[in-house]
Amino acid sequence: MSTAAAVVLFIGVLAYAIFGGADFGAGFWDLVAGGTERGGRSRTVIDHSIGPVWEANHVWLIFTFVVLWTCFPEAYASITLTLFVPLTIAALGIVLRGSSFAFRKAVLRTSYRRNLGAIFAISSVLVPYCFGAVVGGIASGRVPAGGVAGDPWDSWVNPTSILGGSLAVVVAAYLASVYLIWDARRLSDDEMVAYFRRRAVVVAVIAGVMSIVGIFVFRADARYLFDGLTSRGLPFVLIAAVAGAGSLWALLRASPTGARILAMTAVASVVLAWGVAQWDYMLPETLTISQAAAPTGTIVAVLVAVGLAAVLVLPGFVMLYVLDQRGSLPEEGAG
Amino acid sequence: MIDPGFVHGVLAVNPVPWARAQMAFTLACHIILVPLGVSWALMVLIANYRGLKRDDAAALELAQRWSKYMAVTFAVGAVSGTVLTFEFGLLWPRFMGRWGDAFGIPFAFEGVFFFMEAIFVSIYIFGWRRLKPWTHFWTGVPIVVAGVFGAASVVAANAWMNAPSGFTLDKSGTIVEVDPISVIFNDAMPLMAAHMLIAAYVVGGFLVASVYAFGMLRGRRDRHHRLGFIIAFSVAAVAIPLQMAVGDSLARWVYNNQPVKFAAIELVPTTKSDVPETLLGHLNEDGTVSGGIPIPGLASWLSDPSTGKKTVVQGLDTVPEDQRPTIREVNTVHLAWDVMVGLGTLLLLLALWYFASWIFRRDMPKSRWFLRIATCAGVLAILAMEAGWVVSEVGRQPWIVYEYMKVEDAATGNTGVWITFVAVVLLYIGVAVTTILVLRGMSRRFREGGAPDEDVPYGPRVSSAPTTEERDP
Repeated sequence: MSTAAAVVLFIGVLAYAIFGGADFGAGFWDLVAGGTERGGRSRTVIDHSIGPVWEANHVWLIFTFVVLWTCFPEAYASITLTLFVPLTIAALGIVLRGSSFAFRKAVLRTSYRRNLGAIFAISSVLVPYCFGAVVGGIASGRVPAGGVAGDPWDSWVNPTSILGGSLAVVVAAYLASVYLIWDARRLSDDEMVAYFRRRAVVVAVIAGVMSIVGIFVFRADARYLFDGLTSRGLPFVLIAAVAGAGSLWALLRASPTGARILAMTAVASVVLAWGVAQWDYMLPETLTISQAAAPTGTIVAVLVAVGLAAVLVLPGFVMLYVLDQRGSLPEEGAG
Repeated sequence: MIDPGFVHGVLAVNPVPWARAQMAFTLACHIILVPLGVSWALMVLIANYRGLKRDDAAALELAQRWSKYMAVTFAVGAVSGTVLTFEFGLLWPRFMGRWGDAFGIPFAFEGVFFFMEAIFVSIYIFGWRRLKPWTHFWTGVPIVVAGVFGAASVVAANAWMNAPSGFTLDKSGTIVEVDPISVIFNDAMPLMAAHMLIAAYVVGGFLVASVYAFGMLRGRRDRHHRLGFIIAFSVAAVAIPLQMAVGDSLARWVYNNQPVKFAAIELVPTTKSDVPETLLGHLNEDGTVSGGIPIPGLASWLSDPSTGKKTVVQGLDTVPEDQRPTIREVNTVHLAWDVMVGLGTLLLLLALWYFASWIFRRDMPKSRWFLRIATCAGVLAILAMEAGWVVSEVGRQPWIVYEYMKVEDAATGNTGVWITFVAVVLLYIGVAVTTILVLRGMSRRFREGGAPDEDVPYGPRVSSAPTTEERDP
């Protein structure tokens, strides 16, 4: 039963990493797009890409939190007590990001747009960094069991967290750039296709290098994670490496569809590798998943809710997707 | 280098009052957005239905504009709701750690409905241009349904804090067994959920109507304003009498189940019968009540009309001092109660005026005084709702889980909470100001004619060729 809850929790984390990650990454590209004139075109593509469903992706975060506090309350208490600072920054960043993005679209004057855009972009980088650092703190065993606070600073300012945070930013940027190539292509903007392709290649290489550095960092700083990654997590590490390299190759071969699928696979495998490596600990080496789990009644209720979500939400999601695709085909003109 | 001891001294502030203040502040803001999320969709659909059924272009246009405003308020509400999700853990980790396995369950269901709402808000806004008119209308219905169930789920969690049930504790006080059904459908849930849901329609209706009332006062008496006012005001006017009735039942529920909260509401220091209903006034440290206008016997009579004035009301002193609200809290609860009931009554009278005018004159009231009061009604309804929420929350003090856990035992130990409080307040002020500016900007552009969809956070993608062409019905 606790395993089912952990799987559901992890699906939330995975979905947030892939869908939310791309949103944050788009903010990263917004940040480095340059001045108002120069960055105007790439920002247009970015707006298109995250415009319609930008808030839907935070649902995955809320979902993750709700499953965590309902199914694993003690671990949740430990995490929020210990990692108070990065989680607070992330929360404030999400507010700033969401509202500044929405408002940027709604205001017309360029100076307002510029200010709101800057807030949007900076918080888009800050939030994934904080989440990456939080994951680093948990994975390296710095969050104690028992609903008590660990070190408020070392828990997120440590080698694994710094690597986790930076990797989250880079991976988000990578995912986003690959999606943005796709979006630029749908807008038939060849120059922007090339623009994002160049950037995708650069961050793909950076992400690869960071992952290799990561192996050494984990060996020194997060031994349990390292052991897990090199044993039961190894298949996923290898899939991530192959898919990552494959997506790079697809980018160079100008095959955006392949690059998109392979990039998603690579990121999903990285996240999965972490989950499998940490198994069967909720908080490595102090609290196992079965120890942390809530009573059966609670887990059944959460699984029912998840089932209900699949029945109620999926049809709507498909409909939205169809409408979105149908409406934005260039030949339809002013959709 | 700054001495770490000094930094620690400055930063080390008791987190409990700050955590309470931050939670209260963010909830007070969120609770304003909730009614719009819940009730606006219904008003949009009424306008949409009318537009389709009677081929009424003004009604359709209204529905379209409203749906776009709704998307903005929904988006801001979603963001402020996300903050609350963080705060449960960041501010109340001990509460979540110990009770999360019960308290969390309603949120799992709320998540489903929220997801559904977000998706159908998007579909509905997309659908204006892409779906057949009646298909499009029906895609709006799930927004209303999801709003109702979502709000009911959240209130179920809050009601559980007032009437905790559905769990078994072991000797150390840890939850070992959970019955999800009795967690969600706890004793307080049906009435509290009904009260909050109807409040959403009261507040949403009066708030939207107040904007049009203001416009009419300034001479914009076109069909658009008239329709906007009538739809919104009618929703609120139908809801407010129901609200008074449900509120009355809920007060009796509190009388029976949370006697200490009831004693705070009615300013009853010691158990007695023939308790007066004191309007305003306050309780002193020595247990006497000063000021205010007492209506003899009314509180007793309202508590149980069958025994009338003889009904005994339990006093605050029936529980030890550390298990009841402080004198200040009692006075806050009492004042908030008076504000809620007073404003509710005022709004009820306004609704009766409106109904009377329709019955006798076959039209809405034309009087400027009616429009003036209606202009204020939106803010008054918000105040009434906030006051009601204060009654519920402050009246429960010092408990976070009634008779199981105190607020002070639930809070985080992080001494930096005051910093996050300040940051959150500044941030929210910024967001609030910008939201209002954005909504006003949209309204101005709507009036100037034409408003492209890309203004809206849930709007469709803009096509590559920018266009001003409107393909709307």
